[in-house]
Amino acid sequence: MPSIKIRRIAAGAAFSVVAFSLAACGPGDQAAGDFDDTVKVGILHSLTGTMAISESTLVDTQKMAIEEINAAGGIEVDGKKYKIEYIVEDGASDWPTFAEKAAKLIDQDGVPVVFGGWTSASRKAMLPVFESKDAFLYYPIQYEGQECSRNIMYTGATPNQQSEPATVFMYEKSPAAGKPFYLVGSDYVFPRTSNTITKEQLASLGGEVVGEDYLPLGNTEVAPIIAKIRTALPDGGVIINTLNGDQNVAFFKQIQDAGITPANGYYVMSYSIAEEEIAQIGPEFLESHYGAWNYMMSIDTPESKKFAENFKKKYGSDRVVADPQESAYNMVYLWKKAVEKAGTFDNAAVREALIGVTFDAPQGPIEVKPNHHISQTVRIGQITSDGQFDIIEESDGPIAPLAWNQFVPETKGYTCDWTRTDVPDPGKFRM
Amino acid sequence: MTLLFETLFNGLAIGSVLLIAALGLAIVFGLMGVINLAHGELIMLGAYTTYVVQLIFRLPFLAPFYDAYVLVALVAAFVVSGIVGVLLERTVIRRLYGSPLETLLATWGVSLILQQFVRSVPLASAAGLVLTLLLALLGPAVLPGQWLAGPRGRFTRAGVWAGAALVGVLAAASLGSLVPSLSRANPRNVDVTAPAWMRGSIELAGLTLPVPRLVIIVITVVAVLGITWFLARSVWGMRIRAVTQNRPMSDCLGIPTETVDVLTFGVGSGLAGVAGVAVSLLGSVGPNVGASYIVGCFMVVVLGGVGNLLGTVIASLAIGVMTDLIGAGRLLTAWPGMPPSIAAVVDFFATTSMAQVLIFSLIVVFLQFRPSGLFPQKGRLVEA
Repeated sequence: MPSIKIRRIAAGAAFSVVAFSLAACGPGDQAAGDFDDTVKVGILHSLTGTMAISESTLVDTQKMAIEEINAAGGIEVDGKKYKIEYIVEDGASDWPTFAEKAAKLIDQDGVPVVFGGWTSASRKAMLPVFESKDAFLYYPIQYEGQECSRNIMYTGATPNQQSEPATVFMYEKSPAAGKPFYLVGSDYVFPRTSNTITKEQLASLGGEVVGEDYLPLGNTEVAPIIAKIRTALPDGGVIINTLNGDQNVAFFKQIQDAGITPANGYYVMSYSIAEEEIAQIGPEFLESHYGAWNYMMSIDTPESKKFAENFKKKYGSDRVVADPQESAYNMVYLWKKAVEKAGTFDNAAVREALIGVTFDAPQGPIEVKPNHHISQTVRIGQITSDGQFDIIEESDGPIAPLAWNQFVPETKGYTCDWTRTDVPDPGKFRM
Repeated sequence: MTLLFETLFNGLAIGSVLLIAALGLAIVFGLMGVINLAHGELIMLGAYTTYVVQLIFRLPFLAPFYDAYVLVALVAAFVVSGIVGVLLERTVIRRLYGSPLETLLATWGVSLILQQFVRSVPLASAAGLVLTLLLALLGPAVLPGQWLAGPRGRFTRAGVWAGAALVGVLAAASLGSLVPSLSRANPRNVDVTAPAWMRGSIELAGLTLPVPRLVIIVITVVAVLGITWFLARSVWGMRIRAVTQNRPMSDCLGIPTETVDVLTFGVGSGLAGVAGVAVSLLGSVGPNVGASYIVGCFMVVVLGGVGNLLGTVIASLAIGVMTDLIGAGRLLTAWPGMPPSIAAVVDFFATTSMAQVLIFSLIVVFLQFRPSGLFPQKGRLVEA
């Protein structure tokens, strides 16, 4: 196969050219004189405790984004070039610690921006801190929505950018189309809110939810749930899965043994399983099930490949990139662009400049919308035996984010727009 | 009828996981009265041992025997957790007999140390360390007594430790080079895959019986029978029971009570390792896996009556059957025509979360009436 050989040689040559050019103008001489000043930003994720495994990948990605920006000349504000430096704080998987460390970053270190958080609980703990000090948090994870803060920039998906298109896909186009749904989740806010939305949405589509169950966090005994799924879905169907962490492993291992498999007409759509999780659960248990994300490592564009390659080059060839990391990567660039557009690090000016900022992200073009969320492309993927997603559906371009869900009766008709000054609360008002 | 059998099987399956996890604790807590909060981490070590054994059996020269790796893992996990248990008893717990509060805090600390240990130490080095401990502890037992006596004894012991350390380092290095993924510290969860014959399910009279669950039931039955025989019939088992019932009297009669303590703790810890193999077949293997079982273990032992193996068996099966009966909403299926008001209540509790709440409440109520559990111990506890 000469073509592969040639490609390898070409890749090798390209790599050595890059390596030589890097060696020629190494980071040393840049730091020496190219920058006029430095700016310190805060990174606040769990480096210890149960969330450390997930959140440390975000820290890795943010460091990479910052190094890329510095290598390309840093941030240019008012004709001056700033080098970005970061202060990493440990939220320790403990929500009050997140709030405490956020206050420390803002008050003591005086950072203009904090990138941080993973769980909704940590975001909810930090929210009052950022609002009372009028500081700015960039939060990278797909979440249940139903929140719109003046002081938070949400770069993960809202339900209408992940779970809602996924429900439509499973109900209309998947191999189990038209079959009843069963909802399984861990017992906390994201699965419960997400499933409320799915139930309302499915009712409007004409579908049927035949059961739902929640596993208490820390409990991995899934036998009763499996028994109920078998009773409720005797002839196959769709299972919407919002289980967390370890519980997924127990769930997927045991449904396979119980015959709840794609071969028997059961398809699981998961909202918390990305490439990182697939590797840990084992692709053999997940093959042919589905996932929905904005970014998938298998996206075949130069931006996506460069993102994955740079990450592997920096942190090891066995590492993977996934949606949360892409989101964390994007937010550093969005902040940089907003600062450059505003021409100052001042919070109020950056906040105003942020809206409308665009970026050619690894997932494709994204844009900051007036509700402090971003428009993103939605993709549905089927998991393959090598632990990647086979992308089978993609939205036509980016989808606009909805902070307040339109399927939940309490928030139907509400919207959020921080450019509006004519309403008493731009964070939540009737359309 | 099918429903009855399905409930019984599911109850047995859930109960046997609880039982195998709690069996070691029933001995350590039940017989010795030691509140060992690191019990969950001993289970975790057993699960990691399964992972290491699995990777070793994937090597080309062992691949033909891959299907049998679980059996090797059972023995290895018993030894690994047993050794760590012995070390724990010798260094920490022995100094704290008779002070349960301090034991509780110390073992909780040990559990945190062990969790961080598997996160930050490469598993190849950990395996080498366990091998060193094993050889160093076994060495004096197999060497002729005269070598260990007198002034020469000190040198012999030092020699044994040095030799064991050398073997451990060599083993760690060769394991690391044979299986590269073991030579790096990995804080992530790892993937244990059962061999093909242990996956899937058997169809029997309209029931679907998952094979891993059957394997766990078999492991549990063998472990319970084995430990019952050991305690009831073997010499050391009788000594253990004698010390449990009356320590000063046993001491007077020449029973080496300190050795008995080590042995009891080692066996209890080893059983935790076996439980680790079992749970690795069902779920994920990670630093936190033990923490999710520890509460259930104490619940079963307390409900069964501290110090009584039969009580532990019955309590775990009862909890298993109740979990399935309530959590899977079996009553609704069995009695479709029940009045709507009752049906609403049953339906409300027919989720895993609510079933757990209800079961804990029932246990609390039960312990109000029988504070010592199902089968109260009549003898005296260690240092009581």
